[in-house]
Amino acid sequence: MMRFVMYVAAAVAVMGLGFWAYQENYRTQTAIKDVRLLHAQIGDAHERLGMLRAEWAYLNRPDRLVDLAELNFDRLGLLPLSPDSFGDPRYIVYPIPDILPITDPIDINSIGPSDEEDPL
Amino acid sequence: MIRTPLRPLARILKARETGEDPSAIEKENLRLRHEALADRSRARAESRLLLLGAAFALAFGTIGVRMSTLAASVPEEPRVAASGNPIIGQRADIVDRNGRILATNLATHALYAQPHQMIEPARAAAELAAIFPDLDEERLLKDFTGSRKFVWVRRQISPEQMQQVHDIGSPGLLFGPREMRLYPNGPIAAHVLGGASYGREGVSSAEVIGVAGIEHRFDNLLRDPANEGAPLQLSLDLTVQAAAEEVLAGGMMLLNAKGAASIIMDIHTGEIISLASLPDFDPNNRPPALTTGDQSDSPLFNRAVQGVYELGSTFKIFAIAQAMEMGLINPMTMVDTKGPLSFGRQRIRDFHRMDPVMTATDVIVESSNVGTARVALQIGGVRQKEFLAKLGLTEPTQIELTEAPSGRPLLPPRWGEVNTATISFGHGLSSSPLHLAQAYATVVNGGTKVTPTLLKRETPQVGPRVIREDTSERAVDMLRQVVTRGTASMGEVAGYEVAGKTGTADKPLTNGGGYYDDKTITTFASVFPASGPKYVVIVTLDEAVESSGDEPRRTAGWTAVPVAAEMIRRVAPLLGMRPLIEPLAQASVTLTSN
Repeated sequence: MMRFVMYVAAAVAVMGLGFWAYQENYRTQTAIKDVRLLHAQIGDAHERLGMLRAEWAYLNRPDRLVDLAELNFDRLGLLPLSPDSFGDPRYIVYPIPDILPITDPIDINSIGPSDEEDPL
Repeated sequence: MIRTPLRPLARILKARETGEDPSAIEKENLRLRHEALADRSRARAESRLLLLGAAFALAFGTIGVRMSTLAASVPEEPRVAASGNPIIGQRADIVDRNGRILATNLATHALYAQPHQMIEPARAAAELAAIFPDLDEERLLKDFTGSRKFVWVRRQISPEQMQQVHDIGSPGLLFGPREMRLYPNGPIAAHVLGGASYGREGVSSAEVIGVAGIEHRFDNLLRDPANEGAPLQLSLDLTVQAAAEEVLAGGMMLLNAKGAASIIMDIHTGEIISLASLPDFDPNNRPPALTTGDQSDSPLFNRAVQGVYELGSTFKIFAIAQAMEMGLINPMTMVDTKGPLSFGRQRIRDFHRMDPVMTATDVIVESSNVGTARVALQIGGVRQKEFLAKLGLTEPTQIELTEAPSGRPLLPPRWGEVNTATISFGHGLSSSPLHLAQAYATVVNGGTKVTPTLLKRETPQVGPRVIREDTSERAVDMLRQVVTRGTASMGEVAGYEVAGKTGTADKPLTNGGGYYDDKTITTFASVFPASGPKYVVIVTLDEAVESSGDEPRRTAGWTAVPVAAEMIRRVAPLLGMRPLIEPLAQASVTLTSN
């Protein structure tokens, strides 16, 4: 009796495992397919990114930038960096404060020589 | 189980009655029992053997079937178990020291034809010729109507061209994916990058291989999938390179030079910041190599690395530095400069009148051939050769370019006394401008050997010591005086304390006997800033002539020096160096009296 139960249990276990393995197999294959699809998508994205980088590099090539700077010189006034572009902060003139309003008027003795007559 | 007794009582009694031996009955029964036992076990063994046989047959059968399916099926790339990144399989990019792209890939298509699938070959040929003007219609028609089953039409086509070919609608015109190497900056740094082309080609893919320069030198690294597309970072600075090429091209044009080369090198790390050679080419469309004539006339020729020239007086500092290192002289030692010096038929003289006795510093400042030769003769040929070898002037440079080994210096076959004298002022030994940059970097960086490199480095090189630090400082001081009061007075750049040495060498005649009168190689080897040297700049012009005066001037002071000065003026701020600012004239109180 015991033996029969064990046989039945074993048979059920085999069927169960078989079913599980079947499902796992299909799940794995789906996962592989997904990964392949993702790889393809990432590959495409990389390709697009590479294209954009290449275009960016092409549009920023020094020859073109020089030409653009020359074309737009009127508006931008860009010049190549030169030693004159550097300065020393010590030689920057401090802003001169506005002259305070004169509240204490000074008497003027003379309004100065006029144009018509020569003082000498 | 019912067991038959061995001594059944009935038969025993009967046997006893008849007087037979009852043990015979027992034996008989025992025999029968053994026989039955043997039969049973044989049957069992037989069934087991059968089972085992079946199992083996099944197992081997399975293996056989699997093997035959594997053998018959199309091979497939193992995608699941593949290690590494399966996405980035293309050739790695090349970037400059700041990560700006110098070389990258672009997906494009190749166009091929399968004429046997074409319906109207004549129309296809005519329309293709209209799309691609450089294709010959008759040739295409011949290919399409002949016996060929496969014809490459174009290696690379643009998306617009692809659409136009699509619109022809011929079933025999097909596209294959291609990866194209793109150099977005055009001819900038062309000689360093080299170029790429297709190796083995198939319909569905083609391998991109480097054909020259750094592309060829690091071909395996760039193609190695284990790097996962990590870019190759060079020591070049794209902005500096572009500015240097612009200045050099301008100088070459103004001075009517045939060719020009310039090198900017960090003297501590050995990094080449810029390496230019003109005329140049577009690596996107690399011209074919010359099949006849002088290779050095080809734009592919890298003058900075492959071109070996007699670099003239720029070599003088090596003789003087060595003499100072050996303790033979110091900067104030008086040197006899009375010429000419005679060696058999050869006479060494100076270009202009000089004092008969000058200090060692003045020998450099005034560029006296006779004075340098006298100092070199004191040093002696053997030690001179050893010293130049330590500076790397007798071997090809170690730079990471395929062309480097072809820039082998030309040494005299016999290093006699006359050679010692002439080599001290740069005649009789030919080397490339890169050699000169390497040697100058070694002399001015404190005296340790530097090897030029094109790969980005973070740390200074600590090479074997060649000269003492104080010798190095004195050499820089002498070079500075060449600019402040000597032959390179046009080399002064406000704020950058340029130091350097000019060199003017007559070009040797191509047939090997003597020199041209009116063709020179002019060189300016400079270093800046003199108070704490950081960069070496070498400018070499081939057949330059300055013709603003009454008679053409071909010396370095009038040709290479102004070009180098302009280059330093443009490039130094880009390298992040602030000029030393002269104090402004202060508004001061002036004493006056009425």
